[in-house]
Amino acid sequence: MIPAAFEYYRPTDLSGVIAILQEHGDDARVMAGGHSLIPMMKLRMAEVPHLIDMQDVAGLTGITIGDTITIGAMTTQAEIIDHAGLAEAAPIMREAALQIADPQVRYMGTVGGNVANGDPGNDMPGLMQCLDAEFTLVGPDGERSVKARDFYEAAYMTDREDEEVLTAVSFAKPAGGYAYEKQKRKIGDYATAAAAVQLVKDGGTCASASIAMTNLSDTPIYSDAAGAALTGTSVDADAVKAAVAAMLGDIDPVEDNRGPVAFKRHVAGVILARAIERAWSRA
Amino acid sequence: MSDKKHYKITVNGKAEDVIAEPRELLIYTLRERLNYTGPHIGCETSHCGACTVTIDGKSVKACTMFIAQADGKEITTIEGLGGPDDLHPLQMAFKEHHGLQCGYCTPGMITRATKLLEENPNPTEEEIRFGMAGNICRCTGYQNIVKSIQAAAAEMNAAKEAAE
Repeated sequence: MIPAAFEYYRPTDLSGVIAILQEHGDDARVMAGGHSLIPMMKLRMAEVPHLIDMQDVAGLTGITIGDTITIGAMTTQAEIIDHAGLAEAAPIMREAALQIADPQVRYMGTVGGNVANGDPGNDMPGLMQCLDAEFTLVGPDGERSVKARDFYEAAYMTDREDEEVLTAVSFAKPAGGYAYEKQKRKIGDYATAAAAVQLVKDGGTCASASIAMTNLSDTPIYSDAAGAALTGTSVDADAVKAAVAAMLGDIDPVEDNRGPVAFKRHVAGVILARAIERAWSRA
Repeated sequence: MSDKKHYKITVNGKAEDVIAEPRELLIYTLRERLNYTGPHIGCETSHCGACTVTIDGKSVKACTMFIAQADGKEITTIEGLGGPDDLHPLQMAFKEHHGLQCGYCTPGMITRATKLLEENPNPTEEEIRFGMAGNICRCTGYQNIVKSIQAAAAEMNAAKEAAE
Protein backbone atom coordinates (compact mmCIF):
# COMPACT_ATOMS: atom_id res chain seq x y z
CA MET A 1 0.00 0.00 0.00
CA ILE A 2 2.19 2.76 -1.31
CA PRO A 3 0.60 6.11 -2.02
CA ALA A 4 1.34 8.09 -5.16
CA ALA A 5 4.38 10.33 -4.92
CA PHE A 6 3.91 13.80 -3.52
CA GLU A 7 5.83 16.92 -2.68
CA TYR A 8 5.98 17.34 1.11
CA TYR A 9 5.88 20.66 2.95
CA ARG A 10 6.16 21.40 6.65
CA PRO A 11 5.62 25.16 7.02
CA THR A 12 5.85 26.84 10.41
CA ASP A 13 3.19 29.51 10.04
CA LEU A 14 -0.24 29.95 8.47
CA SER A 15 0.94 32.39 5.82
CA GLY A 16 3.33 29.72 4.63
CA VAL A 17 0.47 27.23 4.40
CA ILE A 18 -1.79 29.63 2.53
CA ALA A 19 1.00 30.53 0.07
CA ILE A 20 1.34 26.85 -0.88
CA LEU A 21 -2.44 26.48 -1.18
CA GLN A 22 -2.57 29.56 -3.42
CA GLU A 23 0.16 28.19 -5.64
CA HIS A 24 -1.27 24.71 -6.06
CA GLY A 25 -5.04 25.07 -5.54
CA ASP A 26 -6.82 21.77 -5.14
CA ASP A 27 -3.61 19.87 -5.97
CA ALA A 28 -2.57 20.74 -2.42
CA ARG A 29 -4.09 19.41 0.79
CA VAL A 30 -3.37 20.25 4.39
CA MET A 31 -2.87 17.31 6.72
CA ALA A 32 -3.34 17.41 10.50
CA GLY A 33 -3.03 13.99 12.16
CA GLY A 34 -3.34 12.27 8.81
CA HIS A 35 -5.39 9.36 10.08
CA SER A 36 -8.17 9.93 7.57
CA LEU A 37 -6.04 11.25 4.72
CA ILE A 38 -3.10 8.81 4.81
CA PRO A 39 -5.31 5.68 4.59
CA MET A 40 -7.11 7.26 1.63
CA MET A 41 -3.77 8.08 -0.02
CA LYS A 42 -2.54 4.53 0.55
CA LEU A 43 -5.68 3.20 -1.14
CA ARG A 44 -5.06 5.79 -3.90
CA MET A 45 -8.57 7.06 -3.35
CA ALA A 46 -7.05 10.46 -2.57
CA GLU A 47 -4.32 11.88 -4.74
CA VAL A 48 -2.40 14.71 -3.15
CA PRO A 49 0.46 16.01 -5.30
CA HIS A 50 1.33 18.63 -2.69
CA LEU A 51 0.96 17.56 0.93
CA ILE A 52 1.14 20.26 3.60
CA ASP A 53 1.89 18.84 7.05
CA MET A 54 0.48 21.19 9.70
CA GLN A 55 2.38 19.76 12.67
CA ASP A 56 4.85 22.66 12.98
CA VAL A 57 2.39 25.49 12.32
CA ALA A 58 2.34 27.63 15.44
CA GLY A 59 -0.77 28.68 17.30
CA LEU A 60 -3.23 25.97 16.27
CA THR A 61 -3.40 23.90 19.44
CA GLY A 62 -4.98 24.55 22.80
CA ILE A 63 -8.34 24.73 24.51
CA THR A 64 -9.73 27.96 25.94
CA ILE A 65 -12.59 27.72 28.42
CA GLY A 66 -14.94 30.62 29.10
CA ASP A 67 -18.48 31.57 28.16
CA THR A 68 -17.19 30.63 24.73
CA ILE A 69 -15.07 27.52 24.36
CA THR A 70 -12.44 27.59 21.63
CA ILE A 71 -10.43 24.59 20.51
CA GLY A 72 -7.48 24.96 18.15
CA ALA A 73 -7.75 22.83 15.03
CA MET A 74 -4.59 20.82 15.78
CA THR A 75 -5.81 19.78 19.23
CA THR A 76 -5.91 15.98 19.30
CA GLN A 77 -8.73 13.76 20.50
CA ALA A 78 -6.41 12.52 23.26
CA GLU A 79 -5.89 16.12 24.43
CA ILE A 80 -9.66 16.66 24.46
CA ILE A 81 -10.13 13.54 26.58
CA ASP A 82 -7.40 14.59 29.04
CA HIS A 83 -8.51 18.22 29.48
CA ALA A 84 -10.19 18.51 32.89
CA GLY A 85 -11.57 21.99 32.25
CA LEU A 86 -13.21 20.93 29.01
CA ALA A 87 -14.63 17.79 30.61
CA GLU A 88 -16.36 20.02 33.15
CA ALA A 89 -17.45 22.80 30.80
CA ALA A 90 -18.56 20.64 27.86
CA PRO A 91 -18.57 16.99 28.92
CA ILE A 92 -20.15 15.89 25.65
CA MET A 93 -16.80 16.56 23.95
CA ARG A 94 -15.02 13.99 26.09
CA GLU A 95 -17.88 11.49 25.83
CA ALA A 96 -17.75 11.71 22.03
CA ALA A 97 -13.95 11.72 21.71
CA LEU A 98 -13.72 8.52 23.75
CA GLN A 99 -15.89 6.83 21.11
CA ILE A 100 -13.67 7.87 18.19
CA ALA A 101 -11.36 5.22 16.74
CA ASP A 102 -8.79 3.72 19.15
CA PRO A 103 -6.05 5.04 21.46
CA GLN A 104 -3.32 5.21 18.82
CA VAL A 105 -5.56 7.07 16.40
CA ARG A 106 -6.72 9.48 19.12
CA TYR A 107 -3.13 10.55 19.83
CA MET A 108 -2.84 11.69 16.21
CA GLY A 109 -6.38 12.57 15.12
CA THR A 110 -7.37 16.20 15.57
CA VAL A 111 -10.58 18.16 15.96
CA GLY A 112 -9.73 20.27 12.94
CA GLY A 113 -9.08 17.31 10.71
CA ASN A 114 -12.21 15.58 11.91
CA VAL A 115 -14.49 18.54 11.17
CA ALA A 116 -12.77 19.81 8.01
CA ASN A 117 -12.46 16.49 6.20
CA GLY A 118 -16.17 16.34 5.47
CA ASP A 119 -16.42 12.58 5.89
CA PRO A 120 -20.01 11.79 6.95
CA GLY A 121 -18.59 9.08 9.21
CA ASN A 122 -16.63 11.51 11.36
CA ASP A 123 -18.20 12.17 14.76
CA MET A 124 -17.19 15.76 15.45
CA PRO A 125 -19.23 17.39 12.63
CA GLY A 126 -22.57 16.22 14.07
CA LEU A 127 -21.43 17.11 17.54
CA MET A 128 -20.42 20.59 16.37
CA GLN A 129 -23.88 21.02 14.82
CA CYS A 130 -25.51 19.96 18.08
CA LEU A 131 -23.43 22.58 19.93
CA ASP A 132 -24.13 25.19 17.22
CA ALA A 133 -20.38 25.68 16.85
CA GLU A 134 -18.63 28.08 14.52
CA PHE A 135 -15.56 27.20 12.49
CA THR A 136 -12.81 29.76 11.91
CA LEU A 137 -11.37 29.70 8.40
CA VAL A 138 -8.28 31.64 7.39
CA GLY A 139 -7.45 32.33 3.77
CA PRO A 140 -5.60 34.85 1.61
CA ASP A 141 -8.29 37.47 2.30
CA GLY A 142 -8.22 37.02 6.07
CA GLU A 143 -10.46 35.27 8.53
CA ARG A 144 -14.13 34.34 8.49
CA SER A 145 -16.51 32.24 10.56
CA VAL A 146 -18.98 29.65 9.33
CA LYS A 147 -21.60 27.91 11.39
CA ALA A 148 -21.18 24.15 11.59
CA ARG A 149 -24.83 23.87 10.59
CA ASP A 150 -24.02 25.67 7.29
CA PHE A 151 -20.61 24.12 6.60
CA TYR A 152 -21.37 20.69 5.14
CA GLU A 153 -22.59 20.46 1.54
CA ALA A 154 -22.10 16.79 0.61
CA ALA A 155 -19.68 13.98 1.39
CA TYR A 156 -16.19 15.57 1.50
CA MET A 157 -17.69 18.82 0.16
CA THR A 158 -17.72 21.76 2.54
CA ASP A 159 -17.97 25.52 2.49
CA ARG A 160 -14.17 25.75 2.87
CA GLU A 161 -12.46 27.28 -0.18
CA ASP A 162 -9.39 25.53 -1.60
CA GLU A 163 -7.11 28.28 -0.32
CA GLU A 164 -8.54 28.34 3.20
CA VAL A 165 -7.47 26.52 6.36
CA LEU A 166 -9.80 25.67 9.23
CA THR A 167 -7.95 26.93 12.31
CA ALA A 168 -10.37 26.58 15.24
CA VAL A 169 -13.81 25.54 16.41
CA SER A 170 -15.72 27.51 19.01
CA PHE A 171 -19.08 27.23 20.72
CA ALA A 172 -20.97 28.70 23.65
CA LYS A 173 -20.50 26.75 26.86
CA PRO A 174 -23.35 24.24 26.65
CA ALA A 175 -26.05 24.12 29.31
CA GLY A 176 -28.08 21.22 30.63
CA GLY A 177 -27.83 17.48 30.05
CA TYR A 178 -25.85 15.87 27.27
CA ALA A 179 -25.21 12.57 25.56
CA TYR A 180 -23.20 11.29 22.62
CA GLU A 181 -24.48 7.84 21.77
CA LYS A 182 -22.87 5.78 19.04
CA GLN A 183 -23.52 2.35 17.59
CA LYS A 184 -20.54 0.83 15.80
CA ARG A 185 -19.64 -2.69 14.70
CA LYS A 186 -16.27 -2.68 16.43
CA ILE A 187 -13.71 -0.35 17.99
CA GLY A 188 -12.28 1.82 15.27
CA ASP A 189 -15.34 1.64 13.04
CA TYR A 190 -17.40 4.59 11.97
CA ALA A 191 -20.91 4.84 13.36
CA THR A 192 -23.77 2.79 12.03
CA ALA A 193 -25.67 5.60 13.71
CA ALA A 194 -24.73 8.19 16.30
CA ALA A 195 -26.63 10.97 18.05
CA ALA A 196 -25.47 14.13 19.81
CA VAL A 197 -28.02 15.56 22.23
CA GLN A 198 -28.05 18.59 24.54
CA LEU A 199 -31.20 19.25 26.60
CA VAL A 200 -32.03 22.09 28.97
CA LYS A 201 -34.49 21.26 31.75
CA ASP A 202 -36.64 23.91 33.44
CA GLY A 203 -38.63 22.37 36.27
CA GLY A 204 -39.99 19.19 34.75
CA THR A 205 -40.11 20.60 31.24
CA CYS A 206 -37.62 20.57 28.41
CA ALA A 207 -36.79 24.23 27.77
CA SER A 208 -34.65 23.59 24.71
CA ALA A 209 -33.20 20.66 22.82
CA SER A 210 -30.47 20.34 20.22
CA ILE A 211 -30.11 17.10 18.26
CA ALA A 212 -27.69 16.09 15.50
CA MET A 213 -27.05 12.73 13.85
CA THR A 214 -23.87 11.18 12.41
CA ASN A 215 -23.36 8.95 9.35
CA LEU A 216 -27.01 8.82 8.35
CA SER A 217 -26.74 11.08 5.29
CA ASP A 218 -23.96 12.42 3.11
CA THR A 219 -23.58 15.22 5.68
CA PRO A 220 -24.20 15.38 9.42
CA ILE A 221 -27.87 16.08 10.11
CA TYR A 222 -28.97 18.75 12.54
CA SER A 223 -32.61 17.94 13.20
CA ASP A 224 -34.42 21.09 14.19
CA ALA A 225 -37.70 19.15 14.09
CA ALA A 226 -36.48 16.52 16.54
CA GLY A 227 -35.43 19.22 19.00
CA ALA A 228 -38.77 21.00 18.58
CA ALA A 229 -40.62 17.75 19.31
CA LEU A 230 -39.03 17.64 22.76
CA THR A 231 -39.22 21.32 23.64
CA GLY A 232 -42.07 22.10 26.02
CA THR A 233 -42.66 18.45 26.88
CA SER A 234 -41.74 16.43 29.97
CA VAL A 235 -39.63 14.17 27.69
CA ASP A 236 -41.97 11.27 28.31
CA ALA A 237 -42.21 8.22 26.06
CA ASP A 238 -44.55 9.96 23.62
CA ALA A 239 -42.23 12.94 23.28
CA VAL A 240 -39.23 10.69 22.65
CA LYS A 241 -41.23 8.81 20.04
CA ALA A 242 -42.18 12.09 18.36
CA ALA A 243 -38.57 13.27 18.36
CA VAL A 244 -37.40 9.99 16.81
CA ALA A 245 -40.11 10.23 14.15
CA ALA A 246 -39.08 13.81 13.38
CA MET A 247 -35.41 12.80 13.15
CA LEU A 248 -36.27 9.93 10.79
CA GLY A 249 -37.84 12.49 8.49
CA ASP A 250 -34.55 14.36 8.24
CA ILE A 251 -32.00 11.58 7.70
CA ASP A 252 -31.31 9.83 4.41
CA PRO A 253 -29.05 6.81 4.99
CA VAL A 254 -27.82 4.61 2.17
CA GLU A 255 -27.13 0.89 2.18
CA ASP A 256 -23.50 -0.10 2.71
CA ASN A 257 -21.47 -2.68 4.64
CA ARG A 258 -23.04 -1.42 7.87
CA GLY A 259 -26.44 -2.59 6.72
CA PRO A 260 -29.50 -1.86 4.63
CA VAL A 261 -31.48 1.36 4.89
CA ALA A 262 -34.26 -0.12 7.06
CA PHE A 263 -31.70 -1.37 9.59
CA LYS A 264 -29.92 1.97 9.74
CA ARG A 265 -33.20 3.79 10.31
CA HIS A 266 -34.04 1.34 13.06
CA VAL A 267 -30.65 1.80 14.73
CA ALA A 268 -30.88 5.58 14.37
CA GLY A 269 -34.16 5.51 16.30
CA VAL A 270 -32.78 3.30 19.06
CA ILE A 271 -29.63 5.40 19.42
CA LEU A 272 -31.49 8.71 19.50
CA ALA A 273 -33.97 7.44 22.10
CA ARG A 274 -31.08 6.27 24.30
CA ALA A 275 -29.24 9.56 23.86
CA ILE A 276 -32.33 11.59 24.78
CA GLU A 277 -32.96 9.46 27.86
CA ARG A 278 -29.35 9.78 29.04
CA ALA A 279 -29.20 13.51 28.34
CA TRP A 280 -32.49 14.05 30.20
CA SER A 281 -31.26 12.06 33.20
CA ARG A 282 -28.26 14.39 33.36
CA ALA A 283 -30.23 17.64 32.77
CA MET B 1 8.80 15.28 -8.22
CA SER B 2 9.15 13.66 -4.83
CA ASP B 3 12.89 13.10 -4.97
CA LYS B 4 14.56 11.32 -2.12
CA LYS B 5 15.29 13.46 0.89
CA HIS B 6 17.50 13.23 3.90
CA TYR B 7 15.71 12.53 7.19
CA LYS B 8 17.07 12.28 10.71
CA ILE B 9 15.27 10.24 13.33
CA THR B 10 16.29 8.84 16.68
CA VAL B 11 15.41 5.19 17.23
CA ASN B 12 15.82 3.74 20.71
CA GLY B 13 18.26 6.52 21.52
CA LYS B 14 20.37 6.03 18.40
CA ALA B 15 20.59 8.74 15.75
CA GLU B 16 19.68 7.35 12.33
CA ASP B 17 20.05 9.00 8.93
CA VAL B 18 17.74 7.97 6.15
CA ILE B 19 17.55 8.85 2.48
CA ALA B 20 14.01 8.14 1.32
CA GLU B 21 11.04 9.47 -0.58
CA PRO B 22 8.70 11.43 1.71
CA ARG B 23 5.87 8.99 0.95
CA GLU B 24 7.69 6.05 2.49
CA LEU B 25 5.72 4.76 5.46
CA LEU B 26 7.64 4.81 8.72
CA ILE B 27 7.11 1.09 9.29
CA TYR B 28 9.06 0.33 6.09
CA THR B 29 11.84 2.73 7.05
CA LEU B 30 12.17 1.03 10.40
CA ARG B 31 11.97 -2.54 9.18
CA GLU B 32 13.63 -2.49 5.78
CA ARG B 33 16.13 0.36 5.90
CA LEU B 34 17.13 0.31 9.56
CA ASN B 35 16.46 -3.36 10.38
CA TYR B 36 14.24 -2.71 13.40
CA THR B 37 12.06 -5.71 12.64
CA GLY B 38 10.31 -5.75 16.02
CA PRO B 39 7.33 -3.66 14.93
CA HIS B 40 5.34 -5.83 12.51
CA ILE B 41 3.18 -5.18 9.48
CA GLY B 42 -0.21 -6.73 10.14
CA CYS B 43 -3.15 -5.15 8.39
CA GLU B 44 -1.32 -2.10 7.06
CA THR B 45 -4.61 -0.22 7.26
CA SER B 46 -4.34 1.48 10.68
CA HIS B 47 -6.45 -1.13 12.45
CA CYS B 48 -4.41 -3.95 13.97
CA GLY B 49 -1.70 -2.12 15.91
CA ALA B 50 1.07 -4.66 15.19
CA CYS B 51 3.23 -1.77 13.93
CA THR B 52 2.78 0.32 17.09
CA VAL B 53 5.81 2.35 18.16
CA THR B 54 6.17 5.25 20.58
CA ILE B 55 6.87 8.62 18.97
CA ASP B 56 7.52 11.64 21.17
CA GLY B 57 5.47 10.03 23.95
CA LYS B 58 2.52 8.86 21.86
CA SER B 59 1.57 5.37 20.75
CA VAL B 60 1.52 5.55 16.96
CA LYS B 61 0.75 3.06 14.21
CA ALA B 62 3.88 3.28 12.09
CA CYS B 63 1.94 2.20 8.98
CA THR B 64 0.04 5.48 9.16
CA MET B 65 2.90 7.96 9.24
CA PHE B 66 5.16 9.04 6.42
CA ILE B 67 8.89 9.16 7.07
CA ALA B 68 8.69 12.88 6.24
CA GLN B 69 6.34 13.42 9.19
CA ALA B 70 8.69 11.52 11.49
CA ASP B 71 11.69 13.65 10.60
CA GLY B 72 13.30 14.92 13.82
CA LYS B 73 11.31 12.61 16.09
CA GLU B 74 12.32 10.25 18.87
CA ILE B 75 11.01 6.76 18.25
CA THR B 76 10.95 3.77 20.57
CA THR B 77 10.36 0.27 19.22
CA ILE B 78 10.08 -3.01 21.11
CA GLU B 79 13.85 -3.41 20.67
CA GLY B 80 14.30 -0.32 22.82
CA LEU B 81 12.32 -1.72 25.77
CA GLY B 82 14.48 -4.70 26.64
CA GLY B 83 16.50 -7.55 25.16
CA PRO B 84 16.73 -11.31 25.79
CA ASP B 85 18.99 -10.77 28.81
CA ASP B 86 17.17 -7.81 30.32
CA LEU B 87 13.50 -8.21 29.58
CA HIS B 88 11.18 -5.30 30.35
CA PRO B 89 8.66 -6.21 33.09
CA LEU B 90 5.95 -6.31 30.42
CA GLN B 91 7.98 -8.67 28.25
CA MET B 92 8.60 -10.87 31.29
CA ALA B 93 4.93 -10.81 32.23
CA PHE B 94 3.79 -11.73 28.70
CA LYS B 95 6.23 -14.65 28.83
CA GLU B 96 5.17 -15.86 32.26
CA HIS B 97 1.43 -15.40 31.81
CA HIS B 98 1.25 -16.79 28.30
CA GLY B 99 0.19 -13.40 26.91
CA LEU B 100 0.89 -14.60 23.39
CA GLN B 101 0.46 -17.59 21.17
CA CYS B 102 1.80 -16.91 17.68
CA GLY B 103 3.47 -13.72 18.91
CA TYR B 104 2.83 -11.63 15.83
CA CYS B 105 0.88 -8.91 17.65
CA THR B 106 3.12 -8.98 20.72
CA PRO B 107 5.66 -6.23 19.91
CA GLY B 108 2.81 -3.80 19.21
CA MET B 109 0.89 -4.99 22.26
CA ILE B 110 3.83 -4.50 24.60
CA THR B 111 4.91 -1.18 23.09
CA ARG B 112 1.36 0.12 23.48
CA ALA B 113 1.10 -1.31 27.00
CA THR B 114 4.22 0.57 28.15
CA LYS B 115 2.52 3.83 27.28
CA LEU B 116 -0.77 2.73 28.86
CA LEU B 117 0.97 1.92 32.16
CA GLU B 118 2.91 5.15 32.01
CA GLU B 119 -0.36 7.09 31.82
CA ASN B 120 -2.27 4.84 34.19
CA PRO B 121 -0.03 2.74 36.48
CA ASN B 122 -3.00 1.00 38.14
CA PRO B 123 -5.49 0.22 35.40
CA THR B 124 -8.63 -1.82 35.95
CA GLU B 125 -9.37 -4.68 33.59
CA GLU B 126 -11.84 -2.46 31.78
CA GLU B 127 -9.27 0.32 31.43
CA ILE B 128 -6.74 -2.16 30.06
CA ARG B 129 -9.19 -3.47 27.50
CA PHE B 130 -10.16 0.06 26.46
CA GLY B 131 -6.56 1.27 26.40
CA MET B 132 -5.45 -1.72 24.31
CA ALA B 133 -8.38 -1.49 21.89
CA GLY B 134 -6.12 -0.37 19.04
CA ASN B 135 -4.23 -3.67 19.09
CA ILE B 136 -5.77 -6.82 17.67
CA CYS B 137 -4.80 -10.36 18.68
CA ARG B 138 -6.22 -13.33 16.78
CA CYS B 139 -4.94 -16.06 19.10
CA THR B 140 -5.34 -15.39 22.77
CA GLY B 141 -8.84 -14.03 23.15
CA TYR B 142 -7.10 -11.25 25.08
CA GLN B 143 -7.61 -12.81 28.52
CA ASN B 144 -3.94 -13.58 29.05
CA ILE B 145 -2.87 -10.27 27.56
CA VAL B 146 -4.96 -8.50 30.20
CA LYS B 147 -3.48 -10.76 32.88
CA SER B 148 0.06 -10.06 31.68
CA ILE B 149 -0.46 -6.31 31.77
CA GLN B 150 -1.99 -6.52 35.25
CA ALA B 151 0.96 -8.60 36.44
CA ALA B 152 3.47 -6.19 34.90
CA ALA B 153 1.69 -3.23 36.48
CA ALA B 154 1.91 -4.87 39.91
CA GLU B 155 5.58 -5.72 39.34
CA MET B 156 6.45 -2.21 38.15
CA ASN B 157 4.56 -0.56 41.00
CA ALA B 158 6.28 -2.79 43.56
CA ALA B 159 9.68 -1.99 42.06
CA LYS B 160 8.88 1.70 42.14
CA GLU B 161 7.80 1.53 45.79
CA ALA B 162 10.92 -0.41 46.73
CA ALA B 163 13.06 2.26 45.07
CA GLU B 164 11.39 5.08 47.00
